[in-house]
Amino acid sequence: MKKSGKRWTLEIIGLLLALLWISPFYLMIANAFKTKREIFTNTLKLPETFTFDNFKQAFEELTFLQTFMNSMLVTVLSVAIILFFSAMAAYALSRNGSKLSNILFFVFVAAMLIPFQSVMIPLVSIFGKVNALNFYGLIFMYLGFGCSLSIFLYHGALKGISKSLDEAATIDGCNRFQTFWYIIFPLLKPISITVGILNVIWIWNDFLLPSLVISGDGTDTIPLKLFLFFGQYTKQWHLALAGLTISIIPVIIAYFFAQKQIIKGVSEGAVK
Amino acid sequence: MRNKDFAFWLFLAPVLFALGTVVLLPLIYGIVYSFTDWDGVNAAEFIGVKNYIELFSDQSFLNSLWFTFKFSIASVIVINIMGLGLAMLVTSYIKSKNVLRTIFFMPNLIGGLILGFIWQFIFTKAFDAIGRATGIEWLQGWLSDSQTGFWGMVILMSWQMAGYIMIIYIAYLENVPKDLLEAAEIDGANPWQRFRNITFPLVMPAFTVSLFLTLSNAFKIYDQNLSLTNGGPFESTKMVAMDIVQTAFQLNQMAEAQAKAVIFFIIVAIISLTQVYVNKKKEVEM
Repeated sequence: MKKSGKRWTLEIIGLLLALLWISPFYLMIANAFKTKREIFTNTLKLPETFTFDNFKQAFEELTFLQTFMNSMLVTVLSVAIILFFSAMAAYALSRNGSKLSNILFFVFVAAMLIPFQSVMIPLVSIFGKVNALNFYGLIFMYLGFGCSLSIFLYHGALKGISKSLDEAATIDGCNRFQTFWYIIFPLLKPISITVGILNVIWIWNDFLLPSLVISGDGTDTIPLKLFLFFGQYTKQWHLALAGLTISIIPVIIAYFFAQKQIIKGVSEGAVK
Repeated sequence: MRNKDFAFWLFLAPVLFALGTVVLLPLIYGIVYSFTDWDGVNAAEFIGVKNYIELFSDQSFLNSLWFTFKFSIASVIVINIMGLGLAMLVTSYIKSKNVLRTIFFMPNLIGGLILGFIWQFIFTKAFDAIGRATGIEWLQGWLSDSQTGFWGMVILMSWQMAGYIMIIYIAYLENVPKDLLEAAEIDGANPWQRFRNITFPLVMPAFTVSLFLTLSNAFKIYDQNLSLTNGGPFESTKMVAMDIVQTAFQLNQMAEAQAKAVIFFIIVAIISLTQVYVNKKKEVEM
């Protein structure tokens, strides 16, 4: 009897906290349906009349389909490259075992300490000199910034994969790359999912780096476009909120379908 | 794979080249530039530690450094208390725990820039409306002074990161043996005693991880700062990361900005190395 009473108290606390937690999303979505006038007179309640005009205009001004594809392209390409090259490097490092490979591994891990703002000024200057401040330069930079953590996580997972597998593959006539690609990489799938999720969340939402590298050259990602859009409509919340809502929808859909994997990936990435 | 093997170097070449040109080379360049009068266009001349000495009289930098410290400490405390509280709630025996986990973690997936814009609306419009409806005066005029700007940043950061920290605490809380807690309950230990003597010691390692993770994240924050307050009013909520970006790309004082960036790097490195040290020390004790 006492136990169930306590349980209900906790259930209610949980419910209230959950409502508090999603209230920012409620306010954003509810007001995105209102007219400019109604947002001022009725900020908190549901809209009296739903209008889709805000969404239509925001969608057009964000050129959302194009912008969404830009974000997709940057994220998918960068993450694919990070996964492939980091796994390969971690494999080479873990199967070498010499002093040199320990030093290289240490360099990768130590590079995780370097905050982006500490290197961004020379980075932009150097890449500007070789005309690489563009879409491809950006993807290459993501490999540079993303490889450290990825190699670290792959390196940990590779410890659990027996070297006798490599030897067996070599005897069967696989060369180094074939051993990696056909035997090792498939076995790394669980950690690849973790590494992939962590990099997707970071790159999809990244703002500062792309703003310095690709801003305004037609390949603007969602955060870049949204920043410009917001600067334009700063006092027009009905449009700004509609734009924000549209931008969040893809993330919410992805979260809905893959929440178990995402939470597991983030948890593994943080605890290690 | 031996050092002299071609394959070893071939496998490492892409990431070594990327890390070298994207991170290591700029880091070295940056340290060198910070001792020059480089402005991004003209050839630089060596001027010694002048940039660093000037930082001590750069009020904008000192203010942002102080604000960042205050913000980081407040955020670390709030986020960790909330994160642990949420984790204990969703690892208890309630039915809604899976849904709650999903909801609490959600803000963490959305970019800081977007979250900052959403909260700008909430602080300036929704808080104002609640204040008008209920007559609570302190809900009005948020983000218009440094006090509410500060707490606005802390609230935004906590809402975003508490779910992330919750996930870390959950990983440790789930390792606390249930039968141990039940045995203590039968022996008459009250909830506080059970928490203090069983849960807390077993979750201790999670504190180190979470404290430093929140500390370095809070210290490096930029997007949320840009979209929530843009450093205003009167630059009173500008943090170090934003100060560096503005000095470099709005004032075009590249060398001065780079000196700030080097100081920034040293502080972040000290935070992270302290964590490594604390973790190592604990391993020995255990």
